[in-house]
Amino acid sequence: MTVIRLTDVRKTYAMGSLEVEALRGLSATIEVGEYVAVVGPSGSGKSTLMHIIGCLDVPTSGEYLLDGTDVATMDETQLAAVRNRKVGFVFQQFNLLPSLSALRNVELPLVYAGMGRAERRERAAEALRRVGLADRVEHRPGELSGGQQQRVAVARALVTEPALILADEPTGNLDSTSTSDILALFDELHEMGRTLVLITHEPEVARRAERTLQIHDGALVEPVPA
Amino acid sequence: MNWTETFRTGGEAIRTHRLRSALTMLGIVIGISSVIVTVGLGLGAQNEVRNQIDSLGSNLLIVSPGSSTDGSGMRGGFGSGSTLTLEDADAIADDEVAPDVEKVAPVVTSFASLVNGTTNWSSQTVGATTDWSEVRKRELSTGRFFTDEEVTSAAPVVVLGADTASELFAVGNPVGQRVTVDGTPMTVIGVLAPSGASSTEASEDDLALMPLTTAKRLSGSTSSSVSTIYVQAASQEALSAAYQEIHALLSNLHGIDAQSGMQADFSINTQDSLIETANATNRTLTILLGGVAAISLLVGGIGVMNIMLVSVTERVREIGLRKALGATPRLIRRQFLVEAGVLGTAGGVVGVALGIGTAVVLPRFIDQSVDVSASATATAIGVALLLGVGFGVYPAGRAAKLTPIDALRSE
Repeated sequence: MTVIRLTDVRKTYAMGSLEVEALRGLSATIEVGEYVAVVGPSGSGKSTLMHIIGCLDVPTSGEYLLDGTDVATMDETQLAAVRNRKVGFVFQQFNLLPSLSALRNVELPLVYAGMGRAERRERAAEALRRVGLADRVEHRPGELSGGQQQRVAVARALVTEPALILADEPTGNLDSTSTSDILALFDELHEMGRTLVLITHEPEVARRAERTLQIHDGALVEPVPA
Repeated sequence: MNWTETFRTGGEAIRTHRLRSALTMLGIVIGISSVIVTVGLGLGAQNEVRNQIDSLGSNLLIVSPGSSTDGSGMRGGFGSGSTLTLEDADAIADDEVAPDVEKVAPVVTSFASLVNGTTNWSSQTVGATTDWSEVRKRELSTGRFFTDEEVTSAAPVVVLGADTASELFAVGNPVGQRVTVDGTPMTVIGVLAPSGASSTEASEDDLALMPLTTAKRLSGSTSSSVSTIYVQAASQEALSAAYQEIHALLSNLHGIDAQSGMQADFSINTQDSLIETANATNRTLTILLGGVAAISLLVGGIGVMNIMLVSVTERVREIGLRKALGATPRLIRRQFLVEAGVLGTAGGVVGVALGIGTAVVLPRFIDQSVDVSASATATAIGVALLLGVGFGVYPAGRAAKLTPIDALRSE
């Protein structure tokens, strides 16, 4: 089964009077259970690709099927629902809400999904347990280390059981110990059959993935076999 | 996401930014409390006037003599003449002529010095008939009123006002004691209960009440003129009918021909007309102060908008994250509206509390009561909620419009 099918995707930004083409007819397919790294130098269109894959933005032209749903022509409200149900995000800056406990942070996507409180708490606690933070549920992000914060973020990405976990430079702000910690966690998720897309510019991080998509100037360079 | 969750999220945001939330509320708090206090001051002044005028008696019409013209052609003001007589009073009391009149109390007023042994005191003397107490709604704290027989016989008896009694008789019960009124010895037969309100001219509690005939004899007057005729109408509704009847009757008796432009030599005031006059100034002042308070409310509302805009700008990342996690623009707008509404309402509640507190404390420092009405309080809180939501619409719209990428990208 295919989770991501991108067909001739183009994205053009207007920078003042100048039109910048960030993606120039990119096509790619990612199957269920794959662990894929997207690599490329900065300015290559990596971030734009991540936004489109994550349904944070829509392509200017081309087709994008996420888990069988055509999302290329959706409006903001429909995209919000797709993001909520099908995508789990892990960001470089963790993006946890500092005033909320770890549990409440993990709960957040379920709140927007409209789930009842009791079930929500149970699932959030379960997700935190899975990332090894069962004893930190009531801690706030400020009371946790960088690695722990990123694990909370991973728990938040997991909690909705999404079709895709999308990580944007997840180790960019972490020291080497925490980095291997998080990468080990990704390996585990991969073994559990999760579909993972990891965007990075670090080759040693990309090497952990099964497959690497090399992007350059808005298009894929010849796929490198794992 | 349901409303409970929206309110919970809003509450979390407000708690997270305590100082800012408090400052946002401050404008509303000041606006609402000043509205409560100014409206309360206006109401207090109006109620005070009403109480004073009500204390004159209920359903009361006050007939005063018109202007007098002395030998040199100098005209005095209203009330200076002696155009009203006991015959006028008797005519008004006639059920055939004035069916809407319940009771009539003509009075003659003067000033006299009262002496009890070595204590002397100068006060107003009021000569009245037995209906006076009912028309003027006055009661006794001790003793009795004079009787019809005592009025007929011009008995030397006197009922003292509460203040007068305490001036003349510092200790002991004045009833049964003797006082000398302008040289005439009289027996004190009763003391009036305090009226609870002071009129602007003379205290309603400093007077010596005696039979009208006694007062006439005291002043050596043989005329039947009276100072004022108090008339009690049969009911509140009958006031204006009674007014018409008295006016027509007195015009007829005094030979006043309104058609030929003759001025009436008497005037009739109702409590309502007195209240109306007194309230006109109060109302102007209340509107003025209320207007100032309303402007401060408006400024408070703009303060809410200002801080909500700052809040949206500062929380761009949070908004972006929430959107990435599945919040729709609608939910984001709703969340910010709820925050603004909660801040506004909280400001309203605190403002009402502050206003009521001021209303309790203020009368201890200034001679003016502040009456807080329940409807004004409820309105104030409603207005505060509307202000919060109303001025939150624009910032909330801005938040809803942010795209998740821009929001997440900003550092």
